[in-house]
Amino acid sequence: MFLAEHTVGLLAENTENPNPLLPDVAEMVVGIFAFLVVLFFLGKILVPRIQKALEERTDAIEGGIKRAEEAQAEAQRTLEQYQTQLAEARQEAARIREEAREQGAQIIAELRDQAQAEAQRVIDQAHAQIDADRQLAFTQLRAEIGQLAVELAGRVVGESLEDESRRRGTVDRFLDELEDRARAGA
Amino acid sequence: MSAPHVLAKDFEAPGLWLFQWKPLFHIGPVAVAKPMVLSLLVMVIVVAFFWAAFAKPKIVPRGVQNLGEVAYIFVRDEMGRPFLGKDAEKWMRLLVPLFFFVWIGNLMSVIPFAQFPVNSRIAFPMVLAVLVYVTFWVVGVKNQGFFGLLKNATMPPDLPVALYFIVIPIEFVSTFFIRPFTHAVRLFANMFAGHILIALFATVGFHFLWEKVTPLGFGVGVLGVVLTIAMTAFELFIQAVQAYVFTLLAAFYISAGLHADH
Repeated sequence: MFLAEHTVGLLAENTENPNPLLPDVAEMVVGIFAFLVVLFFLGKILVPRIQKALEERTDAIEGGIKRAEEAQAEAQRTLEQYQTQLAEARQEAARIREEAREQGAQIIAELRDQAQAEAQRVIDQAHAQIDADRQLAFTQLRAEIGQLAVELAGRVVGESLEDESRRRGTVDRFLDELEDRARAGA
Repeated sequence: MSAPHVLAKDFEAPGLWLFQWKPLFHIGPVAVAKPMVLSLLVMVIVVAFFWAAFAKPKIVPRGVQNLGEVAYIFVRDEMGRPFLGKDAEKWMRLLVPLFFFVWIGNLMSVIPFAQFPVNSRIAFPMVLAVLVYVTFWVVGVKNQGFFGLLKNATMPPDLPVALYFIVIPIEFVSTFFIRPFTHAVRLFANMFAGHILIALFATVGFHFLWEKVTPLGFGVGVLGVVLTIAMTAFELFIQAVQAYVFTLLAAFYISAGLHADH
């Protein structure tokens, strides 16, 4: 009459005014059975599984982010440590250089002092030597000059100055006068 | 007689008997007809799909698990969370089976050879609505107490005293009697009407292009075929919307049981 289904004969024929709002008991039983089976498999087994998987995924992602952050913090710490160490090393080097410079300066000053002292000593020694030599020369000369002068004087004046003590006194006086004159002249 | 009357002389529009099926076979006293078989088929399809998707879920999803997750997250975010909020996660165990059992049941309307929405037989939406209604009562009494539930459901706070004389009976009847009825009937009636519409246009096409081809009726028959296709597309949309509404309302009723929402 109409529709393939009807011609196949699956629909009931000429049902008297069926009320579509009245439920079929057998269908209710099948319906609740089918739904409870679905509820069991999905609600009891499968939904909890996917919820767990989603949670684990969240954890994994959060964990990954956390681990990355930790690694970055660790790297930062190491970098800071290296920088601190580097700064310390630089400071240490500067300190050592400064110390060396000071020590160098000190050594130079000491050496200079020593050299000056040595030079002074040498000069002093030389002066003393010169003084001693002069004194010696003077003493020798004094004796010789005295003798020569007396001899000369004796010859010049013809006078015998045999009296030793008088002669010595005269010569010494003369020499002292000479010395005084020389000192006054100097 | 006018042209439409001449045309439609032998045409018989599908009626209520469109939903009355002959028993295919009997198991003891139970006559098994097509809607029951389809209902069991829906059961198998839903369980099989989610078994394939979630039986061994991976942290990094592959293949059908991706699709399953989209389905799960859609139900959770669009139907669970709007009313249940933080409780949604726990109630997904009911809402996911509910949505897919209803939706695939509706989808049977357009699957070749099935071509019948399971939920256009009132028995199927009714048992689901009753199940949700019982859940509402159990959750409500557990969380608010019997009288607490009655009071919270029927007495919205901060109303003038006089109004309570009107509001209490209305809210009482609405919440405890009309709700489960409308919950089931909304789904049933949509699927029922949708099936009649598709059947009507299909019958028009079949009648005027096959059973009784006339020059005048040819255009009507073509129109019937075109509208059958259009209505099928529209029904695809309605089927999903009704499954969505049914599940959303279930979430809303459960949330009303969990806490006073006024």
